[in-house]
Amino acid sequence: MKRYSALSLFREGLRAHRGWQPAWTKARPKPAYDAVVVGGGGHGLATAYYLARIHGINRVAVLEKGWIGGGNTGRNTTVCRSNYFYPESVALYDLALRLYEGLSRELNYNIMLSQRGMLIAAHTPAQMEICNRIANAMQLNNVDGKLMGPEEAAARVPLINTGPDARYKLMGGIWQGRAGTARHDAVAWAYARAASALGVDIIEGCEVAGIDVQNGAVAGVETTFGPIRTERLGLAAAGATPGLTAHVGVDLPIHDYALQAFVSEPVKPCLDTVLLYLGTGTYVSQSDKGELVFGGGLDRVPTHGQRGNLPVQEAVTAGLLEMFPAFGQLRLLRQWAGVVDVVPDSSPLIGPVGPSGLHINCGWGTGGFKAIPAGGWLLSHLMAKGEHHEISRPFDLDRFARGRLIDEAAGSGIAH
Amino acid sequence: MQHFPCPFCGLRNETEFHFAVEAGHSRPEPAERVSDAEWAAYLYANKSPKGESREVWLHLSCGEYFILSRDTVTRAVLGSVTLPGVTR
Repeated sequence: MKRYSALSLFREGLRAHRGWQPAWTKARPKPAYDAVVVGGGGHGLATAYYLARIHGINRVAVLEKGWIGGGNTGRNTTVCRSNYFYPESVALYDLALRLYEGLSRELNYNIMLSQRGMLIAAHTPAQMEICNRIANAMQLNNVDGKLMGPEEAAARVPLINTGPDARYKLMGGIWQGRAGTARHDAVAWAYARAASALGVDIIEGCEVAGIDVQNGAVAGVETTFGPIRTERLGLAAAGATPGLTAHVGVDLPIHDYALQAFVSEPVKPCLDTVLLYLGTGTYVSQSDKGELVFGGGLDRVPTHGQRGNLPVQEAVTAGLLEMFPAFGQLRLLRQWAGVVDVVPDSSPLIGPVGPSGLHINCGWGTGGFKAIPAGGWLLSHLMAKGEHHEISRPFDLDRFARGRLIDEAAGSGIAH
Repeated sequence: MQHFPCPFCGLRNETEFHFAVEAGHSRPEPAERVSDAEWAAYLYANKSPKGESREVWLHLSCGEYFILSRDTVTRAVLGSVTLPGVTR
Protein backbone atom coordinates (compact mmCIF):
# COMPACT_ATOMS: atom_id res chain seq x y z
CA MET A 1 0.00 0.00 0.00
CA LYS A 2 1.45 3.36 -1.03
CA ARG A 3 1.14 5.92 1.74
CA TYR A 4 -0.83 9.07 1.08
CA SER A 5 0.96 12.30 2.00
CA ALA A 6 1.20 15.93 0.99
CA LEU A 7 4.39 15.00 -0.86
CA SER A 8 2.69 12.18 -2.81
CA LEU A 9 -0.14 14.55 -3.74
CA PHE A 10 2.38 17.13 -4.94
CA ARG A 11 4.35 14.54 -6.91
CA GLU A 12 1.23 13.12 -8.58
CA GLY A 13 0.10 16.65 -9.39
CA LEU A 14 3.30 17.11 -11.37
CA ARG A 15 2.78 13.91 -13.41
CA ALA A 16 -0.91 14.19 -14.23
CA HIS A 17 -1.99 11.82 -11.41
CA ARG A 18 -0.86 8.73 -13.34
CA GLY A 19 0.78 7.03 -10.37
CA TRP A 20 -2.19 6.40 -8.09
CA GLN A 21 -3.07 2.79 -7.33
CA PRO A 22 -6.50 1.36 -6.56
CA ALA A 23 -7.15 1.92 -2.84
CA TRP A 24 -8.23 -1.69 -2.30
CA THR A 25 -8.16 -4.93 -4.26
CA LYS A 26 -11.37 -6.30 -5.70
CA ALA A 27 -11.17 -9.93 -4.65
CA ARG A 28 -12.80 -13.20 -5.73
CA PRO A 29 -13.79 -15.52 -2.90
CA LYS A 30 -11.47 -18.31 -1.79
CA PRO A 31 -13.02 -21.63 -0.65
CA ALA A 32 -12.38 -20.99 3.06
CA TYR A 33 -11.53 -18.22 5.49
CA ASP A 34 -10.68 -17.94 9.18
CA ALA A 35 -13.44 -15.33 9.49
CA VAL A 36 -16.21 -14.03 7.25
CA VAL A 37 -17.97 -10.72 7.77
CA VAL A 38 -21.31 -10.17 6.04
CA GLY A 39 -21.90 -6.54 5.14
CA GLY A 40 -19.40 -4.20 3.47
CA GLY A 41 -20.49 -1.00 5.17
CA GLY A 42 -18.43 0.85 7.72
CA HIS A 43 -19.16 -1.64 10.51
CA GLY A 44 -18.24 -4.71 8.43
CA LEU A 45 -15.09 -3.19 6.96
CA ALA A 46 -13.99 -1.93 10.39
CA THR A 47 -14.57 -5.41 11.79
CA ALA A 48 -12.36 -6.96 9.13
CA TYR A 49 -9.65 -4.33 9.66
CA TYR A 50 -9.54 -4.85 13.44
CA LEU A 51 -9.61 -8.65 13.04
CA ALA A 52 -6.42 -8.32 11.00
CA ARG A 53 -4.82 -5.39 12.81
CA ILE A 54 -5.60 -6.17 16.47
CA HIS A 55 -6.26 -9.90 16.53
CA GLY A 56 -3.87 -11.11 13.82
CA ILE A 57 -6.59 -12.91 11.86
CA ASN A 58 -5.75 -12.05 8.25
CA ARG A 59 -7.58 -14.73 6.28
CA VAL A 60 -10.78 -12.69 6.36
CA ALA A 61 -13.48 -12.02 3.75
CA VAL A 62 -16.00 -9.19 3.70
CA LEU A 63 -19.07 -10.16 1.66
CA GLU A 64 -21.10 -7.23 0.35
CA LYS A 65 -24.23 -7.80 -1.75
CA GLY A 66 -23.96 -4.39 -3.43
CA TRP A 67 -20.92 -2.15 -3.36
CA ILE A 68 -18.97 -1.18 -0.27
CA GLY A 69 -20.35 1.81 1.60
CA GLY A 70 -23.48 1.78 -0.58
CA GLY A 71 -25.94 1.08 2.22
CA ASN A 72 -26.48 3.16 5.32
CA THR A 73 -22.79 4.14 5.45
CA GLY A 74 -23.36 6.20 2.30
CA ARG A 75 -26.88 7.36 3.24
CA ASN A 76 -26.52 9.01 6.65
CA THR A 77 -26.05 12.64 7.63
CA THR A 78 -22.43 12.08 8.78
CA VAL A 79 -22.81 13.17 12.42
CA CYS A 80 -20.42 11.83 15.09
CA ARG A 81 -21.27 12.36 18.77
CA SER A 82 -21.47 10.59 22.14
CA ASN A 83 -24.10 12.66 24.00
CA TYR A 84 -26.00 9.75 25.51
CA PHE A 85 -27.40 9.16 28.98
CA TYR A 86 -26.64 5.70 30.35
CA PRO A 87 -23.05 4.74 31.29
CA GLU A 88 -23.22 1.71 28.99
CA SER A 89 -24.15 3.89 26.01
CA VAL A 90 -21.58 6.59 26.71
CA ALA A 91 -18.85 3.94 27.02
CA LEU A 92 -19.92 2.53 23.65
CA TYR A 93 -20.37 5.73 21.65
CA ASP A 94 -17.37 7.48 23.18
CA LEU A 95 -15.17 4.52 22.25
CA ALA A 96 -16.34 5.21 18.69
CA LEU A 97 -15.66 8.93 18.95
CA ARG A 98 -12.20 8.40 20.44
CA LEU A 99 -11.33 5.97 17.64
CA TYR A 100 -12.69 8.45 15.08
CA GLU A 101 -10.40 11.12 16.55
CA GLY A 102 -7.34 9.06 15.65
CA LEU A 103 -8.64 7.39 12.51
CA SER A 104 -7.24 9.63 9.75
CA ARG A 105 -3.75 9.16 11.18
CA GLU A 106 -4.12 5.44 11.91
CA LEU A 107 -5.54 4.58 8.49
CA ASN A 108 -3.47 7.17 6.56
CA TYR A 109 -6.70 8.40 4.97
CA ASN A 110 -8.37 11.75 5.55
CA ILE A 111 -11.86 11.00 6.87
CA MET A 112 -12.39 14.77 7.23
CA LEU A 113 -13.46 14.58 10.86
CA SER A 114 -14.67 18.05 11.78
CA GLN A 115 -15.33 18.40 15.50
CA ARG A 116 -17.45 21.51 15.11
CA GLY A 117 -19.63 20.79 18.13
CA MET A 118 -23.29 19.88 18.42
CA LEU A 119 -26.15 21.71 20.09
CA ILE A 120 -29.33 19.92 21.15
CA ALA A 121 -31.65 22.90 21.44
CA ALA A 122 -34.44 23.12 24.02
CA HIS A 123 -37.45 25.43 24.14
CA THR A 124 -39.15 25.03 27.52
CA PRO A 125 -37.97 25.04 31.14
CA ALA A 126 -38.93 21.35 31.35
CA GLN A 127 -36.77 20.52 28.32
CA MET A 128 -33.90 22.52 29.83
CA GLU A 129 -34.18 20.42 33.00
CA ILE A 130 -33.87 17.26 30.93
CA CYS A 131 -30.91 18.75 29.06
CA ASN A 132 -29.28 19.57 32.37
CA ARG A 133 -29.82 15.98 33.49
CA ILE A 134 -28.20 14.59 30.33
CA ALA A 135 -25.31 17.08 30.55
CA ASN A 136 -24.72 16.00 34.17
CA ALA A 137 -24.84 12.35 33.13
CA MET A 138 -22.29 12.99 30.40
CA GLN A 139 -19.94 14.69 32.85
CA LEU A 140 -20.33 11.83 35.33
CA ASN A 141 -19.39 9.51 32.48
CA ASN A 142 -16.26 11.58 31.73
CA VAL A 143 -17.50 12.89 28.39
CA ASP A 144 -17.44 16.56 27.41
CA GLY A 145 -20.97 17.84 27.72
CA LYS A 146 -22.37 20.99 29.22
CA LEU A 147 -25.56 22.94 29.56
CA MET A 148 -25.56 25.99 27.30
CA GLY A 149 -27.59 29.12 28.01
CA PRO A 150 -29.75 31.05 25.54
CA GLU A 151 -27.24 33.78 24.58
CA GLU A 152 -24.36 31.42 23.90
CA ALA A 153 -26.66 29.04 22.02
CA ALA A 154 -28.05 31.85 19.86
CA ALA A 155 -24.50 32.98 19.06
CA ARG A 156 -23.69 29.44 17.82
CA VAL A 157 -26.59 29.48 15.32
CA PRO A 158 -26.93 33.12 14.23
CA LEU A 159 -29.63 32.53 11.61
CA ILE A 160 -32.00 30.80 14.03
CA ASN A 161 -35.58 32.05 14.07
CA THR A 162 -35.89 34.59 16.89
CA GLY A 163 -38.80 36.49 15.35
CA PRO A 164 -42.09 37.11 17.14
CA ASP A 165 -43.71 34.34 15.09
CA ALA A 166 -41.14 31.71 16.07
CA ARG A 167 -42.99 28.60 17.22
CA TYR A 168 -40.04 27.33 19.28
CA LYS A 169 -37.87 29.85 21.11
CA LEU A 170 -34.23 28.85 21.58
CA MET A 171 -33.75 28.59 25.32
CA GLY A 172 -30.33 26.89 25.24
CA GLY A 173 -29.53 23.19 25.40
CA ILE A 174 -26.80 20.56 25.60
CA TRP A 175 -23.46 21.27 23.98
CA GLN A 176 -20.90 18.63 23.07
CA GLY A 177 -17.79 20.27 21.63
CA ARG A 178 -16.17 17.02 20.42
CA ALA A 179 -19.20 16.12 18.33
CA GLY A 180 -19.14 16.92 14.65
CA THR A 181 -19.17 15.37 11.20
CA ALA A 182 -16.93 13.11 9.12
CA ARG A 183 -16.87 12.22 5.45
CA HIS A 184 -19.02 9.07 5.45
CA ASP A 185 -17.72 7.52 2.21
CA ALA A 186 -14.14 8.14 3.32
CA VAL A 187 -14.73 6.10 6.48
CA ALA A 188 -15.74 3.07 4.40
CA TRP A 189 -12.95 3.58 1.88
CA ALA A 190 -10.32 4.14 4.58
CA TYR A 191 -11.18 0.92 6.41
CA ALA A 192 -11.41 -0.96 3.08
CA ARG A 193 -7.97 0.25 2.00
CA ALA A 194 -6.36 -0.55 5.34
CA ALA A 195 -8.05 -3.96 5.57
CA SER A 196 -7.13 -4.85 2.01
CA ALA A 197 -3.50 -3.97 2.71
CA LEU A 198 -3.55 -6.44 5.62
CA GLY A 199 -4.77 -9.23 3.32
CA VAL A 200 -8.55 -9.00 3.80
CA ASP A 201 -10.59 -10.01 0.73
CA ILE A 202 -13.33 -7.48 -0.06
CA ILE A 203 -15.89 -9.18 -2.26
CA GLU A 204 -18.61 -7.00 -3.75
CA GLY A 205 -21.77 -8.19 -5.49
CA CYS A 206 -21.80 -11.28 -3.27
CA GLU A 207 -25.07 -11.96 -1.48
CA VAL A 208 -25.40 -14.50 1.32
CA ALA A 209 -28.24 -16.95 0.63
CA GLY A 210 -27.78 -19.33 3.56
CA ILE A 211 -25.74 -20.23 6.62
CA ASP A 212 -24.32 -23.75 6.96
CA VAL A 213 -24.56 -25.17 10.47
CA GLN A 214 -23.00 -28.49 11.49
CA ASN A 215 -23.28 -29.93 15.02
CA GLY A 216 -24.58 -26.64 16.37
CA ALA A 217 -21.70 -24.59 14.98
CA VAL A 218 -21.26 -22.37 11.96
CA ALA A 219 -19.52 -24.21 9.12
CA GLY A 220 -19.83 -21.68 6.32
CA VAL A 221 -22.11 -19.58 4.15
CA GLU A 222 -23.91 -20.13 0.86
CA THR A 223 -23.38 -17.19 -1.45
CA THR A 224 -24.18 -16.13 -4.99
CA PHE A 225 -20.49 -17.00 -5.69
CA GLY A 226 -20.89 -20.48 -4.18
CA PRO A 227 -20.18 -21.90 -0.73
CA ILE A 228 -17.50 -20.39 1.51
CA ARG A 229 -16.26 -22.31 4.56
CA THR A 230 -15.66 -20.53 7.83
CA GLU A 231 -16.14 -21.20 11.53
CA ARG A 232 -16.28 -17.52 12.49
CA LEU A 233 -19.16 -15.55 11.01
CA GLY A 234 -20.03 -11.94 11.82
CA LEU A 235 -23.13 -10.16 10.58
CA ALA A 236 -22.93 -6.39 10.15
CA ALA A 237 -25.81 -5.92 7.73
CA ALA A 238 -28.11 -3.40 9.48
CA GLY A 239 -31.65 -3.78 8.09
CA ALA A 240 -30.75 -6.99 6.25
CA THR A 241 -29.69 -8.75 9.47
CA PRO A 242 -33.14 -10.22 10.36
CA GLY A 243 -33.24 -11.92 6.95
CA LEU A 244 -29.80 -13.44 7.63
CA THR A 245 -30.53 -14.71 11.15
CA ALA A 246 -33.76 -16.21 9.79
CA HIS A 247 -31.50 -18.80 8.09
CA VAL A 248 -30.64 -20.15 11.56
CA GLY A 249 -34.13 -19.71 13.01
CA VAL A 250 -33.39 -16.64 15.14
CA ASP A 251 -35.93 -13.81 15.31
CA LEU A 252 -34.50 -10.48 16.44
CA PRO A 253 -36.19 -7.58 18.28
CA ILE A 254 -35.86 -5.44 15.17
CA HIS A 255 -38.27 -3.49 13.00
CA ASP A 256 -36.92 -2.09 9.74
CA TYR A 257 -37.93 1.45 8.83
CA ALA A 258 -36.82 4.00 6.25
CA LEU A 259 -34.84 6.99 7.53
CA GLN A 260 -34.70 9.90 5.14
CA ALA A 261 -32.01 12.51 4.57
CA PHE A 262 -31.98 15.68 2.52
CA VAL A 263 -29.42 17.99 0.94
CA SER A 264 -30.02 21.55 -0.22
CA GLU A 265 -28.17 23.36 -2.98
CA PRO A 266 -24.79 24.66 -1.75
CA VAL A 267 -24.52 28.11 -0.20
CA LYS A 268 -21.79 30.11 1.52
CA PRO A 269 -20.87 29.12 5.10
CA CYS A 270 -23.79 29.95 7.39
CA LEU A 271 -23.88 27.17 10.01
CA ASP A 272 -20.71 25.88 11.66
CA THR A 273 -22.18 23.44 14.19
CA VAL A 274 -24.50 20.46 14.15
CA LEU A 275 -27.93 21.48 15.41
CA LEU A 276 -30.76 19.25 16.64
CA TYR A 277 -33.94 21.13 17.47
CA LEU A 278 -36.09 19.31 20.00
CA GLY A 279 -39.16 21.31 18.96
CA THR A 280 -39.17 20.25 15.34
CA GLY A 281 -37.11 17.06 15.60
CA THR A 282 -35.10 18.28 12.59
CA TYR A 283 -31.31 18.24 12.67
CA VAL A 284 -28.98 20.03 10.28
CA SER A 285 -25.34 20.70 9.50
CA GLN A 286 -23.55 22.32 6.58
CA SER A 287 -21.20 20.24 4.45
CA ASP A 288 -17.80 21.42 3.29
CA LYS A 289 -19.34 21.95 -0.14
CA GLY A 290 -21.89 24.31 1.43
CA GLU A 291 -24.93 22.06 1.19
CA LEU A 292 -27.28 21.92 4.16
CA VAL A 293 -27.53 18.28 5.19
CA PHE A 294 -30.63 17.61 7.24
CA GLY A 295 -33.01 14.95 8.47
CA GLY A 296 -35.53 14.11 11.13
CA GLY A 297 -37.63 11.21 12.35
CA LEU A 298 -38.32 7.82 10.86
CA ASP A 299 -41.02 6.93 8.39
CA ARG A 300 -43.38 5.10 10.72
CA VAL A 301 -44.14 2.43 8.11
CA PRO A 302 -42.06 -0.77 8.33
CA THR A 303 -40.17 -1.16 5.07
CA HIS A 304 -37.17 -2.66 3.32
CA GLY A 305 -37.44 -0.19 0.42
CA GLN A 306 -34.76 2.50 0.34
CA ARG A 307 -37.27 5.27 -0.31
CA GLY A 308 -38.96 7.80 1.95
CA ASN A 309 -42.60 8.79 2.24
CA LEU A 310 -44.07 12.24 1.66
CA PRO A 311 -45.49 13.05 5.13
CA VAL A 312 -42.03 12.79 6.71
CA GLN A 313 -40.45 14.83 3.91
CA GLU A 314 -42.98 17.55 4.60
CA ALA A 315 -42.50 17.43 8.39
CA VAL A 316 -38.68 17.51 8.22
CA THR A 317 -38.55 20.30 5.64
CA ALA A 318 -41.18 22.34 7.48
CA GLY A 319 -39.13 21.86 10.65
CA LEU A 320 -36.01 23.23 8.94
CA LEU A 321 -37.87 26.31 7.70
CA GLU A 322 -39.37 26.91 11.15
CA MET A 323 -35.82 26.92 12.55
CA PHE A 324 -34.26 28.91 9.70
CA PRO A 325 -36.82 30.92 7.71
CA ALA A 326 -34.00 32.20 5.48
CA PHE A 327 -33.46 28.67 4.13
CA GLY A 328 -36.86 28.94 2.45
CA GLN A 329 -35.03 30.48 -0.50
CA LEU A 330 -33.02 27.32 -1.08
CA ARG A 331 -33.89 24.49 -3.41
CA LEU A 332 -33.68 20.87 -2.36
CA LEU A 333 -30.92 19.14 -4.26
CA ARG A 334 -31.39 15.50 -3.25
CA GLN A 335 -33.48 13.33 -0.97
CA TRP A 336 -32.96 9.66 -0.20
CA ALA A 337 -33.52 6.99 2.46
CA GLY A 338 -31.77 4.08 4.11
CA VAL A 339 -33.28 1.04 5.82
CA VAL A 340 -32.52 1.24 9.54
CA ASP A 341 -32.89 -1.59 12.04
CA VAL A 342 -34.72 -0.25 15.07
CA VAL A 343 -34.67 -2.01 18.47
CA PRO A 344 -37.32 -1.31 21.15
CA ASP A 345 -34.80 0.25 23.58
CA SER A 346 -33.01 2.24 20.83
CA SER A 347 -29.72 0.49 21.61
CA PRO A 348 -27.73 -1.88 19.36
CA LEU A 349 -27.54 -5.67 19.44
CA ILE A 350 -23.97 -6.93 19.77
CA GLY A 351 -23.15 -10.51 20.66
CA PRO A 352 -23.61 -14.19 19.86
CA VAL A 353 -26.84 -15.58 18.37
CA GLY A 354 -27.91 -19.07 17.30
CA PRO A 355 -25.15 -21.60 16.47
CA SER A 356 -21.72 -21.16 18.03
CA GLY A 357 -19.40 -19.06 15.92
CA LEU A 358 -22.14 -16.64 14.82
CA HIS A 359 -22.07 -13.04 16.07
CA ILE A 360 -24.14 -10.00 15.20
CA ASN A 361 -23.55 -6.27 15.29
CA CYS A 362 -26.79 -4.54 14.33
CA GLY A 363 -29.78 -2.65 15.67
CA TRP A 364 -28.05 0.72 15.48
CA GLY A 365 -31.25 2.24 14.15
CA THR A 366 -30.75 5.85 13.15
CA GLY A 367 -27.28 6.08 14.74
CA GLY A 368 -25.01 3.57 13.06
CA PHE A 369 -22.53 5.90 11.35
CA LYS A 370 -21.27 7.53 14.54
CA ALA A 371 -20.64 4.07 15.99
CA ILE A 372 -18.69 2.50 13.13
CA PRO A 373 -15.24 2.22 14.79
CA ALA A 374 -16.76 0.84 18.01
CA GLY A 375 -19.02 -1.61 16.15
CA GLY A 376 -16.01 -2.95 14.26
CA TRP A 377 -13.82 -3.02 17.36
CA LEU A 378 -16.37 -4.98 19.41
CA LEU A 379 -17.52 -7.40 16.70
CA SER A 380 -13.91 -8.26 15.87
CA HIS A 381 -13.29 -8.93 19.59
CA LEU A 382 -16.29 -11.27 19.71
CA MET A 383 -15.26 -13.10 16.54
CA ALA A 384 -11.61 -13.47 17.56
CA LYS A 385 -12.06 -14.38 21.23
CA GLY A 386 -15.56 -15.86 21.25
CA GLU A 387 -16.50 -13.72 24.22
CA HIS A 388 -17.73 -10.21 24.91
CA HIS A 389 -15.58 -7.13 25.33
CA GLU A 390 -16.71 -5.44 28.57
CA ILE A 391 -18.22 -2.57 26.54
CA SER A 392 -20.37 -4.84 24.37
CA ARG A 393 -21.57 -7.12 27.17
CA PRO A 394 -24.60 -4.95 28.16
CA PHE A 395 -25.76 -4.89 24.53
CA ASP A 396 -26.13 -8.68 24.25
CA LEU A 397 -29.46 -9.96 22.96
CA ASP A 398 -30.02 -11.57 26.37
CA ARG A 399 -30.88 -8.18 27.86
CA PHE A 400 -34.48 -8.61 26.67
CA ALA A 401 -35.02 -11.84 28.63
CA ARG A 402 -33.14 -10.39 31.60
CA GLY A 403 -35.17 -7.18 31.57
CA ARG A 404 -31.97 -5.10 31.41
CA LEU A 405 -32.96 -2.79 28.57
CA ILE A 406 -30.83 0.28 27.87
CA ASP A 407 -33.59 2.66 26.92
CA GLU A 408 -31.94 5.63 25.24
CA ALA A 409 -35.31 6.84 23.92
CA ALA A 410 -36.15 7.57 27.55
CA GLY A 411 -32.56 8.40 28.58
CA SER A 412 -31.42 10.85 25.93
CA GLY A 413 -34.48 11.36 23.75
CA ILE A 414 -33.43 9.32 20.73
CA ALA A 415 -36.24 9.86 18.26
CA HIS A 416 -37.12 6.20 17.83
CA MET B 1 -49.28 10.54 0.17
CA GLN B 2 -50.37 6.94 0.53
CA HIS B 3 -53.86 5.83 1.53
CA PHE B 4 -54.47 2.85 3.83
CA PRO B 5 -57.80 1.00 4.02
CA CYS B 6 -59.41 0.92 7.46
CA PRO B 7 -61.99 -1.90 7.52
CA PHE B 8 -64.33 0.44 9.35
CA CYS B 9 -63.72 3.81 7.69
CA GLY B 10 -62.41 2.99 4.20
CA LEU B 11 -59.40 4.62 2.54
CA ARG B 12 -57.78 7.26 4.70
CA ASN B 13 -54.51 9.20 4.68
CA GLU B 14 -51.48 7.23 5.96
CA THR B 15 -50.83 9.86 8.63
CA GLU B 16 -54.01 8.67 10.41
CA PHE B 17 -52.49 5.24 11.04
CA HIS B 18 -50.00 3.81 13.51
CA PHE B 19 -48.13 0.52 13.11
CA ALA B 20 -48.60 -1.61 16.23
CA VAL B 21 -47.00 -5.05 15.81
CA GLU B 22 -46.46 -7.91 13.38
CA ALA B 23 -49.55 -10.14 13.28
CA GLY B 24 -49.37 -13.70 14.60
CA HIS B 25 -47.87 -13.20 18.05
CA SER B 26 -49.93 -15.28 20.46
CA ARG B 27 -49.56 -14.72 24.16
CA PRO B 28 -47.88 -17.74 25.79
CA GLU B 29 -49.99 -19.35 28.49
CA PRO B 30 -50.25 -20.20 31.33
CA ALA B 31 -48.26 -17.30 32.74
CA GLU B 32 -46.69 -19.25 35.63
CA ARG B 33 -45.09 -21.70 33.21
CA VAL B 34 -43.79 -19.11 30.73
CA SER B 35 -40.01 -18.66 30.85
CA ASP B 36 -38.33 -15.27 30.66
CA ALA B 37 -37.00 -16.13 27.21
CA GLU B 38 -40.46 -17.13 25.92
CA TRP B 39 -41.98 -13.96 27.30
CA ALA B 40 -39.21 -11.80 25.80
CA ALA B 41 -39.72 -13.51 22.44
CA TYR B 42 -43.46 -12.83 22.64
CA LEU B 43 -42.88 -9.17 23.46
CA TYR B 44 -39.97 -8.34 21.19
CA ALA B 45 -39.05 -10.90 18.51
CA ASN B 46 -40.02 -10.05 14.94
CA LYS B 47 -39.63 -11.53 11.48
CA SER B 48 -39.20 -8.13 9.83
CA PRO B 49 -40.08 -9.82 6.52
CA LYS B 50 -38.84 -8.52 3.19
CA GLY B 51 -41.89 -8.66 0.94
CA GLU B 52 -45.35 -9.71 2.07
CA SER B 53 -46.15 -8.86 5.68
CA ARG B 54 -49.24 -9.15 7.91
CA GLU B 55 -49.31 -6.41 10.53
CA VAL B 56 -51.61 -5.06 13.21
CA TRP B 57 -52.26 -1.35 12.70
CA LEU B 58 -54.27 1.21 14.66
CA HIS B 59 -56.50 3.68 12.87
CA LEU B 60 -56.00 6.66 15.18
CA SER B 61 -59.13 8.43 13.95
CA CYS B 62 -61.62 5.69 14.89
CA GLY B 63 -59.48 3.93 17.50
CA GLU B 64 -59.84 0.44 15.97
CA TYR B 65 -57.03 -2.08 15.53
CA PHE B 66 -57.07 -4.21 12.38
CA ILE B 67 -54.83 -6.38 10.20
CA LEU B 68 -53.12 -4.76 7.22
CA SER B 69 -51.33 -6.87 4.61
CA ARG B 70 -48.54 -5.01 2.86
CA ASP B 71 -45.46 -5.49 0.73
CA THR B 72 -42.58 -4.10 2.77
CA VAL B 73 -40.40 -3.47 -0.28
CA THR B 74 -42.83 -1.71 -2.63
CA ARG B 75 -45.10 -0.43 0.18
CA ALA B 76 -48.12 -1.69 -1.82
CA VAL B 77 -51.21 -2.44 0.28
CA LEU B 78 -52.46 -6.00 -0.30
CA GLY B 79 -55.59 -5.89 1.86
CA SER B 80 -57.05 -5.21 5.27
CA VAL B 81 -59.35 -7.18 7.56
CA THR B 82 -60.72 -6.84 11.05
CA LEU B 83 -59.01 -8.67 13.91
CA PRO B 84 -60.30 -12.24 14.44
CA GLY B 85 -63.60 -12.17 16.32
CA VAL B 86 -64.23 -8.49 15.64
CA THR B 87 -67.31 -7.61 13.61
CA ARG B 88 -67.90 -4.36 11.83
